[in-house]
Amino acid sequence: MSEYSGPLPVPTPETRPFWEAARRHELWLQHCRACGAYVFYPRAACPRCLGAELEWRRVSGRGRLHTFTVVHRGARNFPLPAPYVIAIVELDEGPRMMTNLVGIVPDPAKITIGMAVEVVFEDVSPEIALPRFRPA
Amino acid sequence: MSQDVRRMRGRVAIVGAAEADEHGKLPHKSAFQLHAEAARNALADAGLAKDEVDAVFSAGLWMGSETAEYLGIRPRYIDGTQIGGCSFIAHVEHAMAAIAAGVCEVALITHGESGASRIGMPGTRFGADSWRLQFEQPFGLAGPPTGYALAAARHMHEFGTTSEQLAEVAVATRRWAQLNPRALMRDPLTVEDVLASRLISWPLHLLDCCLVTDAGGAVVVTSAERARDCAKRPVYVLGAGEASTHVMVSQMPDFARWEAARMTGERAFAMAGVTPADIDVAQVYDAFTIVPIMALEALGFCKEGEGGAFVSGQRTAPGGSFPMNTNGGGLSYTHSGMYGMFTLVEAVRQLRGECGPRQVAGATLALCHGLGGMFSAAATLIASTEIP
Repeated sequence: MSEYSGPLPVPTPETRPFWEAARRHELWLQHCRACGAYVFYPRAACPRCLGAELEWRRVSGRGRLHTFTVVHRGARNFPLPAPYVIAIVELDEGPRMMTNLVGIVPDPAKITIGMAVEVVFEDVSPEIALPRFRPA
Repeated sequence: MSQDVRRMRGRVAIVGAAEADEHGKLPHKSAFQLHAEAARNALADAGLAKDEVDAVFSAGLWMGSETAEYLGIRPRYIDGTQIGGCSFIAHVEHAMAAIAAGVCEVALITHGESGASRIGMPGTRFGADSWRLQFEQPFGLAGPPTGYALAAARHMHEFGTTSEQLAEVAVATRRWAQLNPRALMRDPLTVEDVLASRLISWPLHLLDCCLVTDAGGAVVVTSAERARDCAKRPVYVLGAGEASTHVMVSQMPDFARWEAARMTGERAFAMAGVTPADIDVAQVYDAFTIVPIMALEALGFCKEGEGGAFVSGQRTAPGGSFPMNTNGGGLSYTHSGMYGMFTLVEAVRQLRGECGPRQVAGATLALCHGLGGMFSAAATLIASTEIP
């Protein structure tokens, strides 16, 4: 694991609970007590109502593929071999997040926008597990 | 809104517009030298002296001040607004507001970028604990093409836009470049060539992507009254708008519709009191072929989802009914990284009738549209040599 060459997130106070949950292989999002919105990325103000009371909730880890690209000219030092898939997943709870789509051939003809996906965590360092998604 | 914004129409004019002495691959020049060459050339174009400048605009952290220091100017109005490639179009709007308010009188807006050679570039890196490094970079985001591909794929999914339609943009733009001796890419290009070029980030091929060059440009803006005493015919600012909806592409509100561009077009057309059908020549930021397609929809030149059909049949090429990116665009002319400045320079030249073989005959109303970040920000300017 110490060999991981890709960029690793460095948490901030707002985001630390997200990354600590990911290390346990759980997907947690903030939920606004004032307006009921789920929030991602984590922050100290609800982007819908500016509410300050954001509580953490474990969410399903399920969603749908919103859009994607097959990267042929990959990022420097990124450990997934090109071609790889960068995806935007719309979670069942509402927010969208960037991720990788794994467990599928990286061929646009085999990937369908709208397909059901579920989270799978990859331990990349002692502190960090990355949330990736695979077909559900 | 319309009555209020209409008051700003024609209050200021662009009186100088120029580029750095050369562009392309320039490892012998720093980014600031490109600013300086462009500033010198633009002031000469305006017939104004350096000491007449009282406001400096340049995009980036400390850039208003740092550019002023390098040029030996002590401005009393400084603006370093950095919203990506459209920053300079937004700067014209900011200059319009400041000049109309009487806070400054002669605004120098400069751009210089050693985009290819990376010589003397101001810092732009994001920290390891930034949102981008936490929530996008770990998934292998490989520069701008990846982000734009996410929007292109969604646009294709929702509206049936095709790779051939994207390629039409690159081909039409190359045909304009062939009429511009200064353009860097002038070899003939076909739709088949674009589709046969290697995939960078599906659905974008190499030839769907802009150039990466070293280049600079500058414009000078002053009041309509003072503009009449300048060297050349003033290009009046009739309408302007800017907007920002997000920074990271993963936060884009709608991947198939460019909300920031829509907001800027609505405001700029309302201010100018004209409609898209009135525009004679358009400079529409083309970092990637999908960008003008989505911009044309957002600005109202065609309906939502019809951008691909709109650019088909070489409509935007020389001789087509919608002359767009007449310098050869970011795809074939030059693209330093923040291309928006070059939309301004080309619009001014078209309106003055200075474009030689690529001149759009009788062009009196021009639109410039800029892109910032990952469809994050946008800015639109409508300009004319006449105040209707």
